[in-house]
Order: sequence, then C-alpha cells, then structure tokens
Amino acid sequence: MMKLELRGITKRFGSVVANDGIDLLVEAGEVHCLLGENGAGKSTLMNLLYGMLSPDSGEILIDDRPVHLDSPASAMAAGIGMVHQHFTLVPPLTVAENIVLGDEHGGRLGWLDRARAKREVADLVERFGLEVPAASTIESLPVGIRQRVEILKALRRDARLLILDEPTAVLTPHEADRLFDVVRQLRADGRSIVFISHRLAEVRAISDRITVIRHGRVVGEADPVTTEVELASMMVGRTVDLAVEKPPLIEQAGTALDLEGVSLLGEGGEPRLADVNLTLRTGEILGVAGVQGNGQAELVDILLGAEHPTSGTIRLGGEEMQGCSRREMLAAEVGYVPEDRHAEGLIDGFSIAENLILDQYRAKRFSSAGRLRFDEIEGNADELMSKFDIRAPSRDTNCDTLSGGNAQKVVLARELSRELRLLVAVEPTRGLDIGSSAFVYKQIVDARSRGTAVVLVSSDLDEIFSLADRIVVLYRGRVTGTATPSTDRDQVGLMMAGAAA
Amino acid sequence: MTALALVLAFAIGAVIIAVSNEVVLEAWGNFGNEPLRAVEASFEAVGEAYGALFEGALFDPGAASVTEFFAPISETAVAATPLIASGLAVTLAFRSGLFNIGGEGQAILGAAASAYVGFHFGLPPVIHLFAALLAATLAGAAWGFVPGYLKVRTGAHEVITTIMLNYVAGLLVVYLLTMKAFERVGRSAGISPLVAGNARLPELFGGGLRVNAGLILVLCLAWVVWWLLFRTTLGYGLRAVGQNRKAARSGGIDVGATVIGAMSISGALAGLAGACTMLGTDFALSSETAAGLGFAGISVALLGRATVKGTVAAGFLFGALQAGSIQMQAATGTSADLVTVIEALIVLTIAAPLLMARVFRLRAGDAGVSTTSGGWSA
Repeated sequence: MMKLELRGITKRFGSVVANDGIDLLVEAGEVHCLLGENGAGKSTLMNLLYGMLSPDSGEILIDDRPVHLDSPASAMAAGIGMVHQHFTLVPPLTVAENIVLGDEHGGRLGWLDRARAKREVADLVERFGLEVPAASTIESLPVGIRQRVEILKALRRDARLLILDEPTAVLTPHEADRLFDVVRQLRADGRSIVFISHRLAEVRAISDRITVIRHGRVVGEADPVTTEVELASMMVGRTVDLAVEKPPLIEQAGTALDLEGVSLLGEGGEPRLADVNLTLRTGEILGVAGVQGNGQAELVDILLGAEHPTSGTIRLGGEEMQGCSRREMLAAEVGYVPEDRHAEGLIDGFSIAENLILDQYRAKRFSSAGRLRFDEIEGNADELMSKFDIRAPSRDTNCDTLSGGNAQKVVLARELSRELRLLVAVEPTRGLDIGSSAFVYKQIVDARSRGTAVVLVSSDLDEIFSLADRIVVLYRGRVTGTATPSTDRDQVGLMMAGAAA
Repeated sequence: MTALALVLAFAIGAVIIAVSNEVVLEAWGNFGNEPLRAVEASFEAVGEAYGALFEGALFDPGAASVTEFFAPISETAVAATPLIASGLAVTLAFRSGLFNIGGEGQAILGAAASAYVGFHFGLPPVIHLFAALLAATLAGAAWGFVPGYLKVRTGAHEVITTIMLNYVAGLLVVYLLTMKAFERVGRSAGISPLVAGNARLPELFGGGLRVNAGLILVLCLAWVVWWLLFRTTLGYGLRAVGQNRKAARSGGIDVGATVIGAMSISGALAGLAGACTMLGTDFALSSETAAGLGFAGISVALLGRATVKGTVAAGFLFGALQAGSIQMQAATGTSADLVTVIEALIVLTIAAPLLMARVFRLRAGDAGVSTTSGGWSA
C-alpha cells in the first residue's frame, strides 16, 4: 500500500514552465487519472516522479515522508514503476530476458541464469494472471503483449505504484479492455495506478479520481461520473465540438479504388493478406478497423506500392497498379499520412519548408535541371503554413522541434496540397490533442468533399465511426465483415475478435 | 566543445613533451633542490616545441626572405589539400547516413590511376592534368560504388566492406608496382616512373613555395559538395536518406540508388584526394602513396562535425599540425609523432563528447552529442 503526494511541483525548461506548482494526491489502491492535452505537462510530471528529471521546487512524499528521487533506480527502490509510452524493451531479447533485465541473476562467469529467469517469469504470470510467451522475442510480439511485458517488469521490482503513460495509445479497443482488467486487478491487489491519458471515454471508465492538467497547472479535479463534455472543456479550456459534419456522399460517384482477390504471402509463405476485395468510390471514406497486426500494415504497403501483392489486382481509377513502385503510386496521386509521423512522415533534421516538398521535390515546380528552386519552396511553405495553421517560428524551423499537432499538420499540408485520387491515412490523430484532432478530421472530410477517396486505418473506433462512410474489419489478413457507422459497435468489436459478420 | 577538445589535446600534448624531454626530466629529478627550475624547464620545453610547431605551420618571423617567411604556410596548405578532399568524402557520406571508412583504398586507387595516366601518356598541358584527375575520380568512384552496391543488394554493412576493400586496394598497388607498366627505368621495383610535367598540379606562386593548384581544386570541391548537398535535388535525396530512410522511401525516393550514388561520389572525392598527393607533391607511385590519407579524412570530418565549412577548417588545422611537426622535430628534437598523438586526442575528445562533458563539467545537453551520433547513425 502506498500513498503518494506531490506538493507544489514546479519544473522549468528554459523559459517554458512545464509544471507550475502542481499538487496531486494519489491514495493507496486508487486508479488516478491524469487528464490533459498533449503538451499539458503530464509526461514531465511523471518523469519527475520516476526520477528522470528533478523538480526545480516542490516535494514528493510517499506515505507522508518526503523522498528524493534522483534516478529511476531510486524511484524503483521507493516502489514506483513506470510503463512508458515508448517501450523500453530490447527487441531481440526474449520476454523472460527483458523482464529480468537490469536486475538479472547471473550464474558463474556472469552467464545469465536463464532457467531462473524463466521460473521467475512463470511465477509472475501465475501471480498476476498476465499471460506472456516467456520464450518469444519481443520483436515477434504485438504491441499489446509488449506492454504487458513492461507491466510485468515493473511488478517484478515490486512496484506499489504504477505509472502508465498513455497506455492505450498503441492498443486496440480489445487490448485496451484487457489492460483495464489488469489495472482493476492490480488495484484490487492494493496497488495504486497513475493513468495518463487524453481519451475521455477510457478515463471515465477506469479511474477513481481524475486530475485535469492544462498548461502545466492543475485546473480541476473530477469524478468519473463527470460527463465527457465537461471533462473536455476543463482540459482544453473551451467547449469543444467533437462531432464531425460531413456533407452527403457524391451521387453516382465512379469507382476510385478497386482491390480484387489481393493476397500477400510473408517470407515464410504465411498469408499476411488473403483474398481481400474492396471497392471505394470517389469521395468516400472507408474505415479499416481491426486489432493491430491483422493485415492493416500490409494493406497500406500494397496501396502505397511499398509491397507488391502475391496475387490479385489493384485498380486505381480503372488502371491496374499492382506492380507499381512507391514513386509511381505517388505519381498516380496517392497520398499518405503515416502512423508514426516522426518515423515515416517527416525528416526530423529538415526544416518545415524542406519537409513540405518531400514527395514533390523533383517536380517542375520545385526544381529545374536538378537544382532546387528556393523561391518556390519558400513560397510553398509560407502558403501552406498559413493555410494549414502550422504554428512555428519560421518555415526554416526544424521539424523535430514541432509539437505533435503541428508536425501532423506539416504532413497533412504536404499530402493534401496536391491533387489526390486516394488518401491513405493511418492513425491520423494518434497522440494529438482534441483541437488538433478536430483539425485533422476537418481536413480529411474536406478532401472527401473534393472527391478524394480515403482509406482510414485506425484502432480508435470513435474515429472510425465518426469519419467513415463504410467500415471493413480486418482479421488475420482477411476482411471478416463490413459495417456502416450505424452498425452496433459491439458487433464491430466482435468482428475484430474474429467472429463472422 | 570543439575549442575545448583542442585545448585538452594540446594540454595533454604539452605533458607528453615535458615528460619526454631529458632536460626536463633531469630538472624534475633535482626537484628537491630546485623546485622552480623543474617547472621552468617544463614550460621552456613545451614553449619551444609549440613555438617551433607554430613557426613551421604559419609564419617564420626570423625568415631571411619573403619566400622563407611564407614557406611554412605554403607547407600547411600543401598538407591540408588532400586532407580536405578526403574529409569531404567522409562528410558527404555521413550526410547520406553512411560511414565510409574506405577513403583509404579509394584514395590509394585514385593516386594510382592518376599516376598511371600521368606517366604513361603524353598529352598537352591542362588536358593531361584533367585526364589524370578524371582517372582518379573514376577509380575512387568505382571503389566507392562496390560497397554501395553490396550494401543495397546484399545488406553488407559498408563499414565492413570498405575496410576490406582498403586492404584489396593497398595490395593491388603493391602488385601493380611489380608489373612492367609501372616499372621505372633504372630503378628496382617498388616505385613507378615520374608523372609528366603536364599532368602535375602547377605551383601557385613558384619560387620554392610548394603550394599548388590542388588547393584551389579542393576549395572548389568544398563549394561543389555544399552546393550539391543543399542546392540540388540530388543532395536533397542524399540528406533525406541520411536523416530518415523510412520517410525518404515513403516520399518516393529510391533509397538503394541514393546509397550507391552517395558511396560513389564519396569515393570520387577520396580518389581526388589521392590525386592531389600524387600530382601535387609525390609524382611517383609507391606502396606508401596516400597511406593514412583516408583515415585522416575521417578525423577531419569528425572534427568538422560533418559540415562542409568545418571540414575545410579541420583540414587546414590538421595540415598545419603536420607541416609544423617537421619543423618542431628539426628545431627542438620533439618527435613529429607527437602531432599524431595530438590529432588522435582531438578525435577522441570530439568522438567522446560525454567524456568532455565530464571533464569540463558541462551539462550533457550542451555537449555535441548530436554530431557524432547523428553523423554516424542518421
């Protein structure tokens, strides 16, 4: 049992006040949600608590005694465990090796005592009912399981207070439900949980207490019975409208995209996509739902020309495209908003202006005879920055310094500033705050109104249901069902778990 | 950070000078009787050695003629010329996300190719020089193309393949020197005929100052590399691949072709570095030709933090050290190898910024971690 109290915690980075006199009380055996937009200061606060940063002022008390946490090791020793948003696992090592990592028992000559590690993990699995394949390597496992490994790792160090930083950001609804079960179980076990999130529905579902943070300050406390609208307005400081307004579909629209019997075999001959048939009209948004790792990534790769189907045909506006390269697909007016903008959407060392021409720098507009035309590149940047409301000191600002919302706006501005027949958007609002999410939704709907067909891959059913005109569910590489926004969500959830429609 | 690295390297160098000087050691042996004398002797030795180093690298205040006055700086420029080209090769590869350790082999082959064209053909002035330079460019590019191609086709890491190709290039030159075509009349094997006058890089001022047109060439190359990287679509692609391969691929860039292109261009620059030595100062091929030039280029690029300006500056610094070391050895008896130690210390301190941060109690965030990590892996 552990009671945690923060008193007047302040942390500055240069002129930016990330945390401003924060008070927080987490009772023993409580699930306490920290709710706030991205950049509100939640992660900074948790890094202070986990000893990765030191506060400029204020104190941390555990069971009413002040503690000094100057490293993760001291936080762990004090009984605090943390599951980061970006996991800290070693991909080529096994689950068991990862769980004991940093606190492993060596045998003679410093060899790792594998048998003992396995035994320890088996004990943990039994004690907490968290099933993990101890002998598998981390890189072979889906995200939901990796997260479970992180939790077990913290529990092995006997964490009495567990910090979960945006734990559901990478999970499917089903995996999230499993996580909630785990959280409830840990609470029943007397452990305290600090749950960081900006998803309103789940915050209400899981928490005992909610603390709302905005601009580094605590702006309010709430109970789980508080309505989503109330929580949202506390969080952003204004009343927000989450509903998406969509004009009716274009009548008698032609076929934009047509997939017929598309299959993809993996390197070992295992089917990664099996007989996928899809038709998408111009000006239509197709939501692709499914638990992560059920063929979404492969479908996206095929649509982008990054992978070629083993069999089947892809037609874009009637033209067969299955053998086309990425560059040819770009030329065929296919746009792409990737899942991880910093890994795949942007080049971090490049300026905004440079990033805005990534897929078009060879085009006549931006270069002539192999020389970049800076007047055009700069003009393009100025135009798009104002049109897409990209907030940055200048067009020469490096993209690695942009906030999530602004970074995503750069990606959207680039992809949507040219003629598109097809837009492939994967998790377009992951990690974004409400304001930025609303902006992204509006841009996608505007593209739809202009006649662009949109494939929206998302693990957030709220997102799929509010944007999509039609929904397909992928399960183990197959389309296991189709639905519309008026379909019952539970039914879609069942399809995602593999039940036939 | 860079300045601190230099200060630290020279400070350690000073200690080495002091402890390797017999007069100083004797004075310290007599420390009990004359403690001040020991300290004084240390400072004297270090002062004399570094003084000579300076005089050998920049200006000789006691020079009898104008030529003698400028001779040290001319020697510095001569030494810096191939170093800059070799450093640019590594910098361009760094920027493209590649670590070209093969500058050594590429420079050796560049030197060999330019030597062969230089002594075998009889061409008119200017044309002969350009033909020799072109041969060096192609030879270096080919030696860079191979690891690039292997990386793209088979996934073989360029660090491994370029190291291996360095041996191949070195031994290839040894083999070439045993062949009839590379034999110099009246000499036993091991050295090639002299490069014809028309193929040599002309001296800029004459009158005994060895500084030659190679300096102009590498300064132009530096500008071209900068222009290529930052002003052309090719450079955009190189830098995009260097920073984020995945995003570059998503943006429609052919990553494989870019990697091969980057290695080829890098090899061409290293080949030209070899040609600068051959056509500027050496004039004959031997198994010692361009030895160490490619590795020195890595140091130069690291010290220059993989920027074009920095590489040029670092090339001049290392050139100055090399030129000065000869004067230092002649005048004070301090071994010229001390300069190699100082160079190594500079690279070590630049490549180990965390160590520097600790030594100078800087915050880790201020240290230049980004250059080494970004330059190597990005």
